[in-house]
Amino acid sequence: MSELLLSAQHLTKRFGGLAAVNDVSVDLFRDRIHAVIGPNGAGKSTLTNLLSGDLPPTAGSIRLNGEETAGHAPESISRMGLGRSYQKTNIFLPFTVWDNVRLAAQSRERHSPWNPLHWVSSARGLARVNERCERAIELAGLTHRTHTVAATISHGEQRQLEIAMTLATEPTVLLLDEPLAGMGQAEAESMVALLQRLKKDHAMMLVEHDMDAVFALADQLTVMVNGQVIASGSPVEVRNDPLVQAAYLGEEH
Amino acid sequence: MRLFSLDLMDFANFLIQLLNGVQYGLLLFMLAAGLTLIFGIMGVVNLAHGSFYMLGAYMAWFFTAQFDSLVLAIMLGTVLAVVFGWLLEWGLFRFFYHRDHLDQVLLTFGLIYIFEEVRSILWGDDVHAVQVPELLNWSIPLTDTLSYPVYRLVMSGICVLLAIALYLLISKTRLGMKIRAGAFNREMAEALGINIRLIHGVVFALGVGLAAIAGMIASPISSVYPGMGSSVLIMCFVVVVIGGIGSVRGALVSALLVGLVDTFGKVLVPQLAGMAVYMLMAGVLLYKPEGLFKQ
Amino acid sequence: MSSPKATLEKLPRGVQILLALGALALAAFPFVPMEGRDFYLQMLTQMMILAIFAMSLDLLQGVTGLVSLGHAAYFGLAGYALAFLTPADNPISLWWSLPLAAAASGLAALVIGFFVVRTHGIYFIMVTMAFAQMIYFLFFDNKALGGSDGIYVYFKPDATAVGLDLEDKTHFYYFTLAALIGVYLLLRRILFSPFGRALSGIRVNEHRMRAVGFGTFGYKLAAFTLAGTLAGVAGYLWAAQTGFVNPELMGFHMSAHAIMMVILGGMGNFAGAIVGAFAFEYVMHFFKDLTKHWQLLMGTFIVLVVIVAPRGLLGLGERFAARKGDQP
Repeated sequence: MSELLLSAQHLTKRFGGLAAVNDVSVDLFRDRIHAVIGPNGAGKSTLTNLLSGDLPPTAGSIRLNGEETAGHAPESISRMGLGRSYQKTNIFLPFTVWDNVRLAAQSRERHSPWNPLHWVSSARGLARVNERCERAIELAGLTHRTHTVAATISHGEQRQLEIAMTLATEPTVLLLDEPLAGMGQAEAESMVALLQRLKKDHAMMLVEHDMDAVFALADQLTVMVNGQVIASGSPVEVRNDPLVQAAYLGEEH
Repeated sequence: MRLFSLDLMDFANFLIQLLNGVQYGLLLFMLAAGLTLIFGIMGVVNLAHGSFYMLGAYMAWFFTAQFDSLVLAIMLGTVLAVVFGWLLEWGLFRFFYHRDHLDQVLLTFGLIYIFEEVRSILWGDDVHAVQVPELLNWSIPLTDTLSYPVYRLVMSGICVLLAIALYLLISKTRLGMKIRAGAFNREMAEALGINIRLIHGVVFALGVGLAAIAGMIASPISSVYPGMGSSVLIMCFVVVVIGGIGSVRGALVSALLVGLVDTFGKVLVPQLAGMAVYMLMAGVLLYKPEGLFKQ
Repeated sequence: MSSPKATLEKLPRGVQILLALGALALAAFPFVPMEGRDFYLQMLTQMMILAIFAMSLDLLQGVTGLVSLGHAAYFGLAGYALAFLTPADNPISLWWSLPLAAAASGLAALVIGFFVVRTHGIYFIMVTMAFAQMIYFLFFDNKALGGSDGIYVYFKPDATAVGLDLEDKTHFYYFTLAALIGVYLLLRRILFSPFGRALSGIRVNEHRMRAVGFGTFGYKLAAFTLAGTLAGVAGYLWAAQTGFVNPELMGFHMSAHAIMMVILGGMGNFAGAIVGAFAFEYVMHFFKDLTKHWQLLMGTFIVLVVIVAPRGLLGLGERFAARKGDQP
């Protein structure tokens, strides 16, 4: 039985009268990919935001590595071992790939901003940070772009950079929000291979629209419509679920 | 101030301070409403907003001296201010809607310099008094010794009327609906055929007009002096921060709050002088850093 | 909406050489025989002090991306600290009064920063201005604190322990130059430290910084406090040099001038702040000498800079280079 790393129970998020996420529960296990799919507006991004701390839930609980994190700040959730990539590329455009990932890697050092030692030492000289950074860039397949400015690399490479930054903090739980967004065929295949490699040692939640990738990668599948879970189980089960076929998969395929 | 053994004197004092606080608050609202609308709808911060107040006051003084009538001066001044606001938006501000706040801060700071100097050239640097119109130059007696100037009540009355007019304009008219649509989603509004450029011009001119009117009606009370723009601007900013940017309702509540806190603060705890309002702002910032009514 | 711009951090060789030459020129200046030497010495000293002030703001604005319209509060407070500390009949020692005054500014920055740093964008601009005005009025309205008339600093601080007589204009000049170079080197060091890198990250994308685990509130507050402390160093020197402090030192105009100085030369590398301070002061003196209505010229100058060169001379240079690159 795989280790349960993140357990979200009965999450609800209301905006005024509208429940963007309504009584949603999700469990993430080590070495497993849990894909969340659904039409636009189903609440998938909101769910991801609740788990990463970008939004506080109206109700429900989230346990990460045993600790309650609902309503905590994103930075403290990140420090507890959660990494999140964004659907809309959220990188440091003016910096090089190296500097992008290096910053993420540096955060793991837990420096206090009030420690004068870190005001005068050299950031380049942090060996552990550099190692972490190099490893993350290599994992994400961007070594050939290390010293290129992020704004000038291709869209697909920027999505890889998204992943690299997420990996640089050495998280145990990964939330990936549409990592294949806007990618061509070849790039998507690369990314799927990368995600497959990442499965080991991580508990992953994957929000995606690309059904080929989803069925290639997912161990567990949850379908959301209008903020609620309408089906959850193995890909085969979900695929054959009449509710799901009616609501979603029928139109997509 | 004891509530239960109500001394008539105490009550009269309280009433005076209350009316003063409300009057100050309403005046601040006139300025804050324009500032918050302009920022909420066009995304421009305008440090020179206080200059419009100052220019209004100087216009009131100048035209009253020319025409021997404050009322006429205010009417003329309002027209000039609105036209000026329209031209300023068309000729300068509309190029800055998408610029960095930093650029807007600098631009409007440069404008402050220019406006100050223009005023200095046109009307000099002296302090002036403006006479309260004869008709309104009396006071309502409250006790044997205390009375309240009618002009201040009229000031508040005018502000209330303008506030109501603003509310009606924004919530009940088609123009108001277009303004709200433009604030909500500019591209969509344009796609629906709303002339966004016109709306921006109207909103800006409205903001300038309100600020100038505030300066004009306040001139008999506060007198007319060069630094009056900056001192009112800072209070205006505090009001907008407490109320929340883009919310006219927030500006009203916040302006009244600030007016009352400032007035009663100075009376009850004179050692703190003007600090009370800043402490209020600090308190709000701890719990609602985006203002009480942030949309 | 603030756009996260890349700032020029590594100075090109040419600029480095120019900076070094500038420092040498400043060092050599007192030896050049000329008419009105004392006057120019004082003017340059003041420009150097303002350059320190501008650099302290650059840490906040150019590096961290926080536009503070109230930075002068910390400049003035340290000046007032010196004024209060200096008795009417004796100078006090530089060695404890300077750190104390700077610490006072730093403490004020810490307290105000605690409230102010939790706001963003336009709110931040407005509340920094508001709190600075609060301090301005605190001094303006209170006779006990000097009121609108201000306070005199009767003696320059005593640094005779190291053989410096700060009453001597030349000694004071060199002390200020040393302070300028010292603060510059410190800030350059900070820029490339883990702290400085984090601040740059916050400027470009604070949201992502939090998402990868940085407690950005703490970083911003530390930057705010440090910037306030360094502004205090400048303010102390100003009070010592002019012998006089008044609330205008903490006023809105002073804060806005600082922003202007930082912009004019180019933000984010501290060298630009130095250049901007000198340039701005020079322009202002030039206009003041030209006409009584210098504010009109100053205002127009500022408006033109915003329209034509919003990222300062450096920005102009970047755009020029980019356009050349577009040509076939």
